[in-house]
Amino acid sequence: MDALLQFLFSGLTVGAVYALVALGFTIIYNASDVVNFAQGEFVMLGGMITVFAFDAGVPLPLAAVVAILVTAAIGVALNKLAIEPARGAPVVSLIIITIGASILIRGATQLVFDKQLHRFPAFSGDDPIRVLGATILPQSLWVIGGALAVFVGLWVFFTRTLTGKAVLATANNRIAAQLVGINTGWIMTLSFGLSAAIGAFAGVLVTPITLVSYDVGVALALKGFAAAMLGGMGNPKGALVGGLLLGCLEAMTAGYVSSQYKEAVAFIVILAVLFVMPRGLFGAKTTERV
Amino acid sequence: MLTKTTTALVTLAALGALSGAAQAEIRLGVSVSATGPAAFLGDPEAKTIEMLVEQLNEKGGINGEKVALTLYDDGGDPNKARTFATRLIEDDEVVAIIGGSTTGTTMSILSVAEGEGIPFISLAGAISIIDPVREYVFKTPHTDRMACEKIFTDMQAQGISKVGMISGTDGFGASMQAQCKEVAGDYGVEIVADETYGPQDADMTPQLTRIRNTDGVQAVLNPGFGQGPAIVTRNVAQLGFDVPLYQSHGVASNAFIELAGADSAEGLRLPGTALLIADSLSEDDPQYEVVTSYTKAFKAAYNQEVSTFGGYAHDAFALMADAISRADDAEDPEAIRDALEKTSGFVGTTGTYSFSPEDHLGLDLSAFRMLEVKDGGWQPVE
Repeated sequence: MDALLQFLFSGLTVGAVYALVALGFTIIYNASDVVNFAQGEFVMLGGMITVFAFDAGVPLPLAAVVAILVTAAIGVALNKLAIEPARGAPVVSLIIITIGASILIRGATQLVFDKQLHRFPAFSGDDPIRVLGATILPQSLWVIGGALAVFVGLWVFFTRTLTGKAVLATANNRIAAQLVGINTGWIMTLSFGLSAAIGAFAGVLVTPITLVSYDVGVALALKGFAAAMLGGMGNPKGALVGGLLLGCLEAMTAGYVSSQYKEAVAFIVILAVLFVMPRGLFGAKTTERV
Repeated sequence: MLTKTTTALVTLAALGALSGAAQAEIRLGVSVSATGPAAFLGDPEAKTIEMLVEQLNEKGGINGEKVALTLYDDGGDPNKARTFATRLIEDDEVVAIIGGSTTGTTMSILSVAEGEGIPFISLAGAISIIDPVREYVFKTPHTDRMACEKIFTDMQAQGISKVGMISGTDGFGASMQAQCKEVAGDYGVEIVADETYGPQDADMTPQLTRIRNTDGVQAVLNPGFGQGPAIVTRNVAQLGFDVPLYQSHGVASNAFIELAGADSAEGLRLPGTALLIADSLSEDDPQYEVVTSYTKAFKAAYNQEVSTFGGYAHDAFALMADAISRADDAEDPEAIRDALEKTSGFVGTTGTYSFSPEDHLGLDLSAFRMLEVKDGGWQPVE
């Protein structure tokens, strides 16, 4: 029994990390249908900048804010310098541009910072919380809470605010959106800035658990992408559920079957789900543009 | 026109060759993985060699001849390593090569060096590099198997016979996992649990819970490097899993204690080199001088802690410089190789090297020291 609870705690911890990364994909995807493969790099930047600001003597909360703002600015710059000039190019070309951007950011990070692993202290210490013989670290609760907070924020943004609806409208039909008076250029800038900020926020929360170095972004983006696909790309609820589900699947497989196969089992389940529900668990019903 | 260009090129080439010969310098080639996934190996290696060449040339070089260093960054890609090895030999005309941060890149360089007859000192771990012995290939790091043997020797002394293993699935972890399973029996140790984790995993409590629930586990052994071992160490503490924890030489650094947290790491053991305990080495220790001078110089030059991997490069360069100084002809690769093979009792940061025609590693188990984390720092186990 305590083993099951321990596997569940592990799954929730790892799953919340995946969910936070997956949530970052949603805004840019909703605004432009582009899957931003530089999202993992935003997470990495959030962690790296916080580490170096903190080591330079900046208090941790301030360092985190600096990291989020700088990363958001980098997201905006990515849109202005690489995505906007290629406006009108097919979505696939834009996705390839984001892959290029991720390689550039990774390279620049190892030059500007370094190639070592880093960590900063957990927000509420490292003493595990004991529940019925199983343990969970306070930082895991921060990550789970952060994922929930971002989820609620995004849900409100997309369903309750005019700007959020403008983002959805831009994705649905850019010309029609312009005709009704939406500044689509500004919406794109906003979505890259927000996505980068969410990525950096994720990086700040997960670094005490996962540690950070210039190359952690790739693996995070891959798992986050898998989680988003499982839940339904573009839907915040899908990102949250997909992430937690993926984490729990891995933990249960590692705990009950074999750690050798935990990733294989997780991906087989994802494939099976996508086979039956091609747009993921919470994917929107297909609304093809004509 | 075409003939003219060709003549000009030939003249240029001839001039180049002449000026090269006139300077009378010793051309040394290096190809390490200073960037890419193996950058944590290649970065300190490149820095170490650049620093040592500068130091040596300031002191007047080897027997009055300066060392001209050509350093390439293969980014951990075996194909690039092969290209650079060929370029080093054919274009840069080096007399010796140091490099091959990973086993993969080493294997590429090795075949080129062996074919062209250029002495090559590898910086990678695998035993297959020097077993069977190749005429021109030497290496400085101890092998995974020796690390396993050192760990199991210590376990035997502690009366531990049932061990749970949790290994990274990266190249280093997987190779050491296989080697440890092979030699465990020789030391009366039984591997009762054998778990793995991905190199980028964030939580290993499920695997560790499985190991804890296995009957009779007396210790946990974690072959791997990167963030994995730091997270395993934290998870063991989180679970309150109270058995001795052994890590590998892959994480032997001060940064590791910081990443794993001093509280979680307290009491864990690993086989490391004298470099890690430079501060507490006694002055009559044979390695005292070489270790302290290297750690001081590296810290002064780069404001960074030394790592075991930089130490491998230090030893490779020192061995090569020593062999060149003893060689009958410092410009002849054959003579350098012969001198290298005659190296005996050479003290490096990793251990004391004695090469022979049958042994191109030249270290024994005494090169490893069993270290333990005490009060947030490394201490030798008495």
